Amino acid sequence: MRTVADLGIGEHGFISGFTDEKLSLKLLEMGCLPGTEVILTHHAPFGDPIAIKVSGYTLSMRKEEAATILINSI
Amino acid sequence: MAKIPKIALIGNPNAGKSSLFNTLTGLRQKTGNFPGVTMDKLTGIWELGPKNEIEILDLPGIYSIYPKSIDEELVINILGNPAHPDYPDMAIVVADASNLKRNLLLFSQVRDLGIPTVLALNMIDVAENEGYVINSIKLARELSVEVAEVNAKKGIGINGLKLAVQKTLENRFSSNDGLPLPVSEELITDIQIAFGEVDPYRCLLWLMEHDRMKMFTKAQCADLDQIMVKHDFEPKKYKSAETVKRYEFLTEVVDRCVINLNRQWDAPPVKTWTDRLDKLFLHPVGGYLFFLAILFVMFQAVFTWATYPMDAIDAGVALLNDWLKGILPESTFRGLLTDGLIAGIGGVLIFIPQIAFLFFFISMLEETGYMSRVMFIMDKLMRRFGLNGKSVVPLLSSVACAVPAIMSTRSIGSRKDRLITILVTPLMSCSARLPIYTVLIALVVPEKNTLFGLFNLQGLVLFILYLLGFFMALFSAYIMKLILKAKEKSYFIMELPTYKGPRFKHVSYTILNNVKAFVFEAGKVIVAISIILWVLASYGPGNSMEDATNRIKIQNPNLSGVELSNKIAGEKLENSYAGHFGKFIEPAIRPLGYDWKIGIALITSFAAREVFVGTMSTIYSLGGEIDNENATIKNRMRAEINPQTGKPMYDMALGFSLLIFYAFAMQCMSTLATTYRETKSWKYPLIQFGYMTALAYFSAFLVYQALS
Repeated sequence: MRTVADLGIGEHGFISGFTDEKLSLKLLEMGCLPGTEVILTHHAPFGDPIAIKVSGYTLSMRKEEAATILINSI
Repeated sequence: MAKIPKIALIGNPNAGKSSLFNTLTGLRQKTGNFPGVTMDKLTGIWELGPKNEIEILDLPGIYSIYPKSIDEELVINILGNPAHPDYPDMAIVVADASNLKRNLLLFSQVRDLGIPTVLALNMIDVAENEGYVINSIKLARELSVEVAEVNAKKGIGINGLKLAVQKTLENRFSSNDGLPLPVSEELITDIQIAFGEVDPYRCLLWLMEHDRMKMFTKAQCADLDQIMVKHDFEPKKYKSAETVKRYEFLTEVVDRCVINLNRQWDAPPVKTWTDRLDKLFLHPVGGYLFFLAILFVMFQAVFTWATYPMDAIDAGVALLNDWLKGILPESTFRGLLTDGLIAGIGGVLIFIPQIAFLFFFISMLEETGYMSRVMFIMDKLMRRFGLNGKSVVPLLSSVACAVPAIMSTRSIGSRKDRLITILVTPLMSCSARLPIYTVLIALVVPEKNTLFGLFNLQGLVLFILYLLGFFMALFSAYIMKLILKAKEKSYFIMELPTYKGPRFKHVSYTILNNVKAFVFEAGKVIVAISIILWVLASYGPGNSMEDATNRIKIQNPNLSGVELSNKIAGEKLENSYAGHFGKFIEPAIRPLGYDWKIGIALITSFAAREVFVGTMSTIYSLGGEIDNENATIKNRMRAEINPQTGKPMYDMALGFSLLIFYAFAMQCMSTLATTYRETKSWKYPLIQFGYMTALAYFSAFLVYQALS
């Protein structure tokens, strides 16, 4: 399964689900809803954390957290 | 007089909540304390009209009413508990119109709690620039709530907000939709029977968050746990499903009320300023360089520019003291007033310029949105040491004062990361250490230029001391990371807000509030200690003071005038309570190179290290051979002779030993008190005190033995 952590800069995908129940609530509240498009915009130095564009704003998270967001690339 | 209505100001971080608060209340704000919580409570008075005042309560920025960190818990503790003294009559939810859907999530939760709510749409100009036009009348009808369009920064739309608030206060209407997701009616009934008739959503909040709410006793929590088991209710599942459901509803609402001009013309997305700036600030190399440059300017300001007002304050206090000594007759009262009280107050006031400069920079960085970029680029580095990208703010703030720094750790969601940050923060060299560094460096480091005359040697040593504090903080954090066990995983899901111009009004309020907190909180302790110290140094057990005077008079029959009174003062100090204390601990501090006079200074600075310089000047002005021309503390200490070697007391070995001791030692009651309040346990302040003192003692020991 591809996750947000697998995206390269400028690549995008659509959220299809979550693998971590606890994190998923925070991610949902921040607008990472199933079916929403995410675009990876920045890597911090050393490749972690990352920044994504989702629901019209920029959200940062660690790579391990990004790996809990499943995506379909359509 | 009738009780004035209370309004809670709620909103996402960066939605413009603080701007609106400042616009509505102006200078009529005050900081206080929430009962049982140390968090600063910011309230202000908003004048709706003549003789129509409203109290506004600024709550911490949140994304949802379900808390993820300690500062967020406060919101449900107030909004969830109608018996809370700060429970509002109504709420204003401030929403960023350029990110409407996410902001409305919080609004819908607050409204469903049964609190009459007004929606203030902020940053409409930003939304319009991005091509979104919002039909706020339609939005108001869809959500059945009063909506006011405001521009919090410019103060536009406040009259509309006034009307909306007045209407809502009059009809107390809360457009409660009931539950976002249905649950069994018996579940709600069970809670209502046990805890009272309230809105169903509030019942669920109680059920799901009772562990974080102070209103419930242990027995009540157990009851709620039982209800949860009985109905097989899973809070996590419910919250997630609720959030999805709310977003589904809000997506429909937003689709009906917002016109997206971009989509209609199929224009390519606009490249915003934020995108361009992020290219630089988040760049793997450029990002760090820029951050270093900012740090450099910040330190320059705190350590160079701030010295001018500090010197002025110092001179002013000295002038006042001399003047008082001139006009008041010689008495115990005069001594207490000038050498005790005013010297103590002066010791507090002198830090104001540095704290003001530091908070100017920190609040500018936060205002513009740059601070979250710093957290972003620092997270990976900090994580290796058991810290967190968010630890950067406390570590930076503690260069001014560890007290506000420790309070700013509340935004760190993970308990372990937060605890480690609290424990190591006081190792950063705070401004109270600066005068000690300055005096000691001037004593033992020659004033020479090195490295092609670019750097001043004294400045270099000062810089190294700051670095030493920082690296010791990282090192200690790393050790604690290995020792402490984590119950929960830390996370770093954080909004990177768009860049904004700073609101200088807000910056100045931040500076003002922090300076006030420092002067009154830390100031109380410092002044109290200065007075105690004066008493301890002026009185001794039994008749020892008179005996000392007589002894000197008999031993030196030829002396008179200043010389005699200096000798008497010295003998008196040695026989005072302070002298006895100093001598008592002398054996323990001998290996570090310290004598009983430094011992007095060490004891007094265990309450607040800034007392060191004051103590030194008290000790040496009471006891040293002063030539009045050149009576600065530095010269007095330089003239001090080691009775054993006959050489100057303050040589390299002693100087560096003292510098290292002060760099690492936990000598601040206010910080320990803050650690206690923030961790709600005596264990952590004790650990903090213990490990820092041990660290200071052994490092100073090594330095002294190596250099002497």
